[in-house]
Amino acid sequence: MAEIVISNLRKDFGDFTAVQSSSFRIEDGEFFMLLGPSGCGKTTTLRMIAGLEMPTSGEIYIDGEEVASKPARQRDIAFVFQMFALYPHMNVRRNISYPLISQGMPRAQVRAKVAEVARILGIEAMLDRPVGGLSGGDRQRVALGRAIVRDPKCFLMDEPLGALDAEFREHMAEELRALHDRMHATTVYVTHDQLEAMQMGDKIVVMNRGSVEQFGTPQEIYDKPATMFVADFIGSPPMNFLPFEGPIEAGGDRVRLGEADLAVPRLLEAAAGRLVFGIRPEHVTFDDDAAYRGRIEAVEYLGTTQIVTLSSPNGTIRARTAASRPARVGDAVGLRFAAPCVTLFDAGSGRALRSAPQEQGGAHG
Amino acid sequence: MAEVSLRGVAKRFDAIAAVSALDLVIPDGAFVVLLGPTGAGKTTLLRLIAGLERPDAGTIAIAGQDVRGIAPAGRNVAMVFQQYSLYPHLTVRQNLEFPLKSPILRTPPDEIAARVAEVAAVLRIGHKLDNKATELSGGEMQRVSIGRALVRAPAIYLMDEPLSSLDAKLRADLRIELKRLHHDLGATFLYVTHDQIEAMTMATHVGVLDQGRLVQFGTPREIYEDPVSLYVATRLGLPRINALPATLFGSAPARAVTIALRPEHIRQGEGREAEVMRVERLGDQTRLHLSLDGHAIVTLTEAHTRLKAGERLAIRPDRPLYFDADGQRVQHDSVFQGDRA
Repeated sequence: MAEIVISNLRKDFGDFTAVQSSSFRIEDGEFFMLLGPSGCGKTTTLRMIAGLEMPTSGEIYIDGEEVASKPARQRDIAFVFQMFALYPHMNVRRNISYPLISQGMPRAQVRAKVAEVARILGIEAMLDRPVGGLSGGDRQRVALGRAIVRDPKCFLMDEPLGALDAEFREHMAEELRALHDRMHATTVYVTHDQLEAMQMGDKIVVMNRGSVEQFGTPQEIYDKPATMFVADFIGSPPMNFLPFEGPIEAGGDRVRLGEADLAVPRLLEAAAGRLVFGIRPEHVTFDDDAAYRGRIEAVEYLGTTQIVTLSSPNGTIRARTAASRPARVGDAVGLRFAAPCVTLFDAGSGRALRSAPQEQGGAHG
Repeated sequence: MAEVSLRGVAKRFDAIAAVSALDLVIPDGAFVVLLGPTGAGKTTLLRLIAGLERPDAGTIAIAGQDVRGIAPAGRNVAMVFQQYSLYPHLTVRQNLEFPLKSPILRTPPDEIAARVAEVAAVLRIGHKLDNKATELSGGEMQRVSIGRALVRAPAIYLMDEPLSSLDAKLRADLRIELKRLHHDLGATFLYVTHDQIEAMTMATHVGVLDQGRLVQFGTPREIYEDPVSLYVATRLGLPRINALPATLFGSAPARAVTIALRPEHIRQGEGREAEVMRVERLGDQTRLHLSLDGHAIVTLTEAHTRLKAGERLAIRPDRPLYFDADGQRVQHDSVFQGDRA
């Protein structure tokens, strides 16, 4: 098992910079997510860790050893791709045994190892079946088995659930995470699906246009987004952004949006010009006495909760409320924003302004 | 706009019964979403209404008129397919105008221009009107094919998973647009999907299909809160409903084999002790993966809970649903006093 340290990693393809000076640390035994939209550099980063791409500059350490210039086969990692490639003419057992046999492991040892892996994955009953007749999920388990059987230092996974339909993806995500909880192997996992990242990851790196936007636990990234990109990319529906004009002084804890005077967390820096008031949908509540007004445009029932879309003087706002709370399209309502959960941003740079909860993380807990 | 009704409709493909003895009334002005997994018969049903397939038995009526023997073109329906089908050599504008330029309709040119502009604005493709269809992204192409159905005013819009190829953000936006469109036009929609979010958020009525049969039809709230079977109960809700042995928490109604608990219908702090296996923080909520007598249970708790894996938590059913050995609902007097919202 392994700790992986990425330091100032960069990759250029001709004039195009796919990854620019990324740095982060993956602790031993962590389930680590590389998250971002397509083209953000997450797969390139993973391929550099695997040794399938050579970095333009920067270092990659696996267990303290610098491996950036080592070929893939010397890194002792297992790569699981989005599309599972199994040997179609072999049965399940031979597919899983293959990496061990090609290493020259004695037969008895191979048998024991395959039996152990089959038990972990719950595929003991199908070991002697041909892979041709297996369902998508079982094929995936076999492919995982082939990666696990070698006891690599770490697993690298590139959207392994991307090709599955929603219901099955949810199920496999749970299964993968449960597998990780039994094996504790360091895993680096690439995805563009924020829910998958939040659900499975111990830590998340959010990437955008080749740069690391933020690095932290799922809850930190959700509660204290470092940039507007992160606040928008994480959460469904995403954070609401209400543009307004500064200035605000350092130490200030109120802002004016049109007619409304709203409480915000105490700021640790001054800001001026175009600013943005950020609030997550579940921190917007209805209150007829509130000064900030909105008009209900749409209501989406989700079972326990509903998403209410409102128009407001500062643009569209989405609120997540209990499904039992009445909300009729066309109604005018007052809106309250939970002050400790507000994040303010500089509109130009997209950066979150430093505030008391941003620094300590106290207000949410 | 019109009511569409199906009576005793059946359709087989060789040995497979795609649709069996199906009765369904789509009320005038309704937004009906048919929900079911692959192979449930959703698409076949749409194609039967459109006239692209012929039923083996039963009748289909649009606005009271039996449409047997009427060709697809004569049925006054507009269909949107999962895979966009545009004329690649035409511009977006020409693609959108095409259905209105049909010689049967004789739409005046200024009316065509107005309809196209209106639809383009709704679907946010106004800036691409003069692009060739081949110059669009996948999401834009799908919006144009939805647009091509919308320029007409048919008796019913038939939509076959039109959003499934789009990314999550666009899908969320278009869900609201389609719903608004339905509201503004007062049009009748029949929409098939396997995506429960689409069914819950857009439908006035949800029809749940299982192997060619319509097993329940009602408002999203009725389907969610009052499912007739375990199959229906598992179609809606995320995380999915917990299905457990009926007596896991004590006595159960006669014939009940399964107790099913929605993740939000589990009281914490009283009842039986379960072990916390994993705490999954999703930002706005936290999911607890619990184990009780070896059964996995998922429940929800507040986002910033201090519970950790390995700790114990007492739980008790709140508003349980019971099902018999065949998965059919067992009605019961409330065994557990849950607070009804």
